[in-house]
Amino acid sequence: MTAKILIVAEHDGAKLNVSTAKCVSCARALRGAEITIAVCAADPGTVAAQAAQVAGVARVLTVAHPANAHALAAVLAPQIVALAGPFTHVLGPSTTFGKDLMARVAGLLGAPQVSDIMGIESPTRFHRPVYAGNALLTVEAEAGAKVVGTVRMASFEAAGGGGSAPIEKAAASVEIPTHTRFVSVSAARTDRPDLQTARRVISGGRALGSAEGFKILYSLADKLGAAVGASRAAVDAGYAPNEMQVGQTGKIIAPELYVAVGISGAIQHLTGIKDARTIVAINKDGEAPIFEVADFGLVGDLFQIIPEIEKLV
Amino acid sequence: MKRILVGIKRVVDFNVRIRVRPDGSGVVTDGVKMSVNPFDEIALEEALRIKERGGAEEVIVATVGPADTQQQLRSALAMGADRALHVQADGVIEPLVAARALLKLIEREQPFLVILGKQAIDDDNGQTGQVLAALWNRPQATYASKLELLSDTTARVTREVDAGLETLEVDLPAVITTDLRLNEPRYVKLPDIMKAKKKPLETLTLASLGVEQRQQLKLVRFEPPPQRQKGIRVKDAAELVEQLKKKGIL
Repeated sequence: MTAKILIVAEHDGAKLNVSTAKCVSCARALRGAEITIAVCAADPGTVAAQAAQVAGVARVLTVAHPANAHALAAVLAPQIVALAGPFTHVLGPSTTFGKDLMARVAGLLGAPQVSDIMGIESPTRFHRPVYAGNALLTVEAEAGAKVVGTVRMASFEAAGGGGSAPIEKAAASVEIPTHTRFVSVSAARTDRPDLQTARRVISGGRALGSAEGFKILYSLADKLGAAVGASRAAVDAGYAPNEMQVGQTGKIIAPELYVAVGISGAIQHLTGIKDARTIVAINKDGEAPIFEVADFGLVGDLFQIIPEIEKLV
Repeated sequence: MKRILVGIKRVVDFNVRIRVRPDGSGVVTDGVKMSVNPFDEIALEEALRIKERGGAEEVIVATVGPADTQQQLRSALAMGADRALHVQADGVIEPLVAARALLKLIEREQPFLVILGKQAIDDDNGQTGQVLAALWNRPQATYASKLELLSDTTARVTREVDAGLETLEVDLPAVITTDLRLNEPRYVKLPDIMKAKKKPLETLTLASLGVEQRQQLKLVRFEPPPQRQKGIRVKDAAELVEQLKKKGIL
């Protein structure tokens, strides 16, 4: 049986999030899978055009509705369910957008959801982390049952471009609830790369001592073209905003280079970085658990070392 | 009566080092410390604070789980919940089953607010709140870091999302799931533990609620994750930069 996979696009109304192309890579792991991307937006044209170019996509379905101006799970879920009928799998990214939405879709469908898919072995067999990544679990769905899933971002490279899938309009002929209303979103706008897709990431921990202390990381990050992250301890202490948190309950990332500065390496933090290709740890405590996973460890005073590195690169 | 329903789950304590059983059938839980899922403690703390401010009259904790889960319900009662509902069930409880059971309890108790943790730290599914909101056909506000009751019929919730902080307004009743920074749960004092023993704890079963314990995903095999190779120590910034350049990373 050919897998027919519906992927829910993540976007901001203008730009397709790279998470969608990662979902496509996950879906393509099933040989012969027929991949459709659903773009729900107020005006889906621009995003749909980008989705059509993702390699391996057979078709893009657009649902235009003014209520889709902001991605609200309660608003989007019934629209996705209306499209889901002919598909064997309905996938979304394991980002806050996808985690919020896909489980609501699964609830409406009465279907099982596989969260944080790391790999697809067959149309019914999936791999996922449990216990904060301290165990890997293989799950098996019943043959023929529709499966909902969220795709773990750190496990897949984004599918490339060059595609030219046809774009079709679908009708949003479902009742759209009004019980949930968007008010605002506040995000520190930054020129630095996005934490989840950056090739290089520098993260700071409580040892930075203050929001002021983080400035030496921003300075080095700008020189390296890196994104800046933070440990939970640093975020809780108010040194960095929540969207910078790396770890089990923050962002799970897989950059080529991860530099952990003044981070001791609690299990929940290590969960967020274990797929990084190279990990560098800089910490004054040589016994810190971060050194257990680091490819390169440097024991010393970060306030001396970071400016030195900045001069050398 | 203005009620808040809080869902809790019994999980392996977050401080326990997880070991996979050699036969791959699960993780070692014999003799291991079990606790209330940390995100659920945050959910309960938020409910208690709302009640203490006069925003609710009763806080009910509910769980679906084995007989031993009564320990965690007693902890929740010691924290300050007024009464507990225990839907007894053994084996794997999938989010859909837990949500169906919670929905039955909602129909019975008519809460104006349901608060759950955003995920359980054992299976890390992160689904039950959203599935429940879907089945109930009510709003959901996941990953909450701030919750304000604007009136008897609306709430404003700030959510921790990848882009930053998002604020939603939802009609009540609604399902809220908690993120880490919503609050810091209180410590339980000894007299409260004594008092909790006298609080009402009702035991139910999935069958008595009319919910089938269906398992749609078979757990085939647990494995330990691959270990990273231990790296090397460098003596200073210069050697670090040199090594990274040599590996072609810088």
